[in-house]
Amino acid sequence: MEESAGQNSHYFLDSLLIDKLISALRGLGYSVIGPVVREDTIVYDEIESASQLPVGVKDKQGPGYYRLEKRGDEAFFGFVVGPFSWKKFLYPPRVKLLTVAKNGEVSIHNVDEGKKMAFLGVRACELAAISIFDRVMLGGPYVDPVYSAMRRNIFIIAVNCTEPGENCFCLSTGTGPEVSSGYDISLTEVVSDDAHYFVAKVGSSRGKSLLEHIGARGATSEEISEAAVRMERSHTLFRKKLDTDGLKDLLYKNLESPVYEEIAEKCLACANCTLVCPTCFCTTVEEVTGLSGDAAERWRRWDSCFNIDFSYIHGGPIRSSILSRYRQWFTHKFATWVDQFGVMGCVGCGRCITWCPVGIDVTEVAAKIRQREVEVSAT
Amino acid sequence: MTEQSLGVATGLETFKIEWCRVVGRVKETPDTYTIRVRPRRRGEIAFEPGQFNMIYAYGVGEVPISISGALPTEGMLEYTVRGVGPVTRAIASARIGSRLGLRGPFGRGWPLREAEGQDIIIVGGGIGLAPLRPAIQYIINNRGKYGKFYILYGARTPADLLYKGDLRVWRGRLDIQLLVTVDRGDEKWRGYVGVVTTLFKYIRLEPNSTYAFVCGPEIMMKFTVQELRNQGLPDERIFISMERNMKCGVGLCWRCQFGPVFVCKDGPVFSLSEISNFFERREM
Ligand SMILES: Cc1cc2nc3c(=O)[nH]c(=O)nc-3n(C[C@H](O)[C@H](O)[C@H](O)COP(=O)(O)OP(=O)(O)OC[C@H]3O[C@@H](n4cnc5c(N)ncnc54)[C@H](O)[C@@H]3O)c2cc1C
Ligand code: SF4
Ligand code: FES
Repeated sequence: MEESAGQNSHYFLDSLLIDKLISALRGLGYSVIGPVVREDTIVYDEIESASQLPVGVKDKQGPGYYRLEKRGDEAFFGFVVGPFSWKKFLYPPRVKLLTVAKNGEVSIHNVDEGKKMAFLGVRACELAAISIFDRVMLGGPYVDPVYSAMRRNIFIIAVNCTEPGENCFCLSTGTGPEVSSGYDISLTEVVSDDAHYFVAKVGSSRGKSLLEHIGARGATSEEISEAAVRMERSHTLFRKKLDTDGLKDLLYKNLESPVYEEIAEKCLACANCTLVCPTCFCTTVEEVTGLSGDAAERWRRWDSCFNIDFSYIHGGPIRSSILSRYRQWFTHKFATWVDQFGVMGCVGCGRCITWCPVGIDVTEVAAKIRQREVEVSAT
Repeated sequence: MTEQSLGVATGLETFKIEWCRVVGRVKETPDTYTIRVRPRRRGEIAFEPGQFNMIYAYGVGEVPISISGALPTEGMLEYTVRGVGPVTRAIASARIGSRLGLRGPFGRGWPLREAEGQDIIIVGGGIGLAPLRPAIQYIINNRGKYGKFYILYGARTPADLLYKGDLRVWRGRLDIQLLVTVDRGDEKWRGYVGVVTTLFKYIRLEPNSTYAFVCGPEIMMKFTVQELRNQGLPDERIFISMERNMKCGVGLCWRCQFGPVFVCKDGPVFSLSEISNFFERREM
């Protein structure tokens, strides 16, 4: 983002203005989707006002661990990421592709064109995930029509993370904790004993008009530096690290690493990690025939490389062992993805660590493989 | 029929099937049929040998099937399908006059252009001969452009041999060296017995000017690759056709990954040098 003269691109918002921002977006025809608490978990859902946000809530995370706690302040975004990401809105879990009538008529399902959605509270890692999606789904030679339609009308209000979570390692993957591009407005929340406000940064012209429309004033240099101090501090708060140096080649060289055997003994192949991962988007297509039998429908739904039939070919699954399925997933995220799309498939959000029922930690897996590097020649 | 053009599709037409009519059916073996179809539009029969279509059977599903032949003047395509499960059984048993859905053709085929002026060895195992057959046809039609031409083919039993008519024709040509073997013979079988790799002792390849095209079960391809390497062929000139589970055919469902490559859009034909770190490992 080009940084134009300070006060023109930074605005001051108090909590009331966040509410106004939400109503203004709704007035423009957007469904506003933001974080809310449901069943002791922070998820993304449609909201109508700022009061629905998880005010004063923090999420304590660990390997296989997630708990909401009170913060003791009134922060709007004092948590990190929950089990769901924005992929469920951009890339719905189930989509009807075709209806095939018995008489041969094929009708293509119309994607919800023009559904305007505003995402409020998109974290840096999640923006990175969306930009990966863009590359994969829109980069060709074939374009995913569903994603492309859903993506078209998205307004993004990002939030910089002033307090990374226990499982966050976006600093290592270079995807956070602050957002760098791909948003309309970004917010940095400032909470102190006597103040609670947001410094908004403009990322697009429509972001700028919206801020002016709700009457936000320019932020003062003190406010801007308060926000900057918090982001600087954020960098020092990371507990998890991933050494990405030469990681791709390391993994290619160690495809037979004994570490995978250890992991395979724990891994349940439950597919939780792929479900919560913001960049996993493998799908299957199912044929659904109604009882009447006069039409068949082709539905696409999310699938996972941990499911045994994912690699099924005649004669049996290619990857029957859990070891091979874990290795497939892990090397895809950290190695083969780089060859496919020029970036890693991991954005450092830590969801797979939090939601793994047995607490497998990808950063530890990578570190162990590095530690136990064994040369295995290909031939 | 060699130039491949992957258009950029932007609508849901990526997933849209085009109907074709089944116009012929040949029983190859007890469970394998070659079906002949006529797509609605003439243009749809353009393909590159080694490419595949996603074939849809109403109410059952859609699977990848290689194009095993073409009759351009009649506007027909052929597929050789082994009925091993619900979809392939539905396709193999599709009656003449019935409809099948097609998407594609997809993927990258055999490097026939690149191999011009060189000797060619084709090695097929079982139904793996299907995607090789259009390449064989192409080489025969352009025989002057290639050097020596070997075809090695293996099947389990004499009854499992595909394209018996073609085999007779190929055998009759002086400019093709065809060697056929079966794992188990029967009382009438007079040919070679043994797995396809045992045929390599009867041939001597020119390592600096030979291209190899291989398709069959993965284990057969692994051993064939060994033989080709033993004869001095570099990995860059050994080409194999890979099989993986596929749902979309166009690089969007991600099921067909094999190491860093997508079998559907980067393959299914690969040179060994592109995938050697992954090819020889189990469960990749
Ligand atoms: C590039 C390519 C070319 C092929 N060419 C031929 C050919 O010319 N002739 C031939 O007989 N076979 C070919 N196959 C294999 C053929 O696609 C499978 O045998 C077929 O998909 C099996 O499906 P099924 O329902 O009949 O059987 P089952 O084995 O019972 O399969 C059950 C389910 O598993 C799924 N499934 C199994 N294998 C695959 C697969 N490879 N891709 C997607 N889904 C799968 C299907 O959804 C199916 O409904 C090819 C495969 C590939 C990848
Ligand atoms: S990984 Fe980084 S950007 Fe994502 S929630 Fe954690 S701190 Fe924020
Ligand atoms: S078959 Fe869908 S990505 Fe290759």
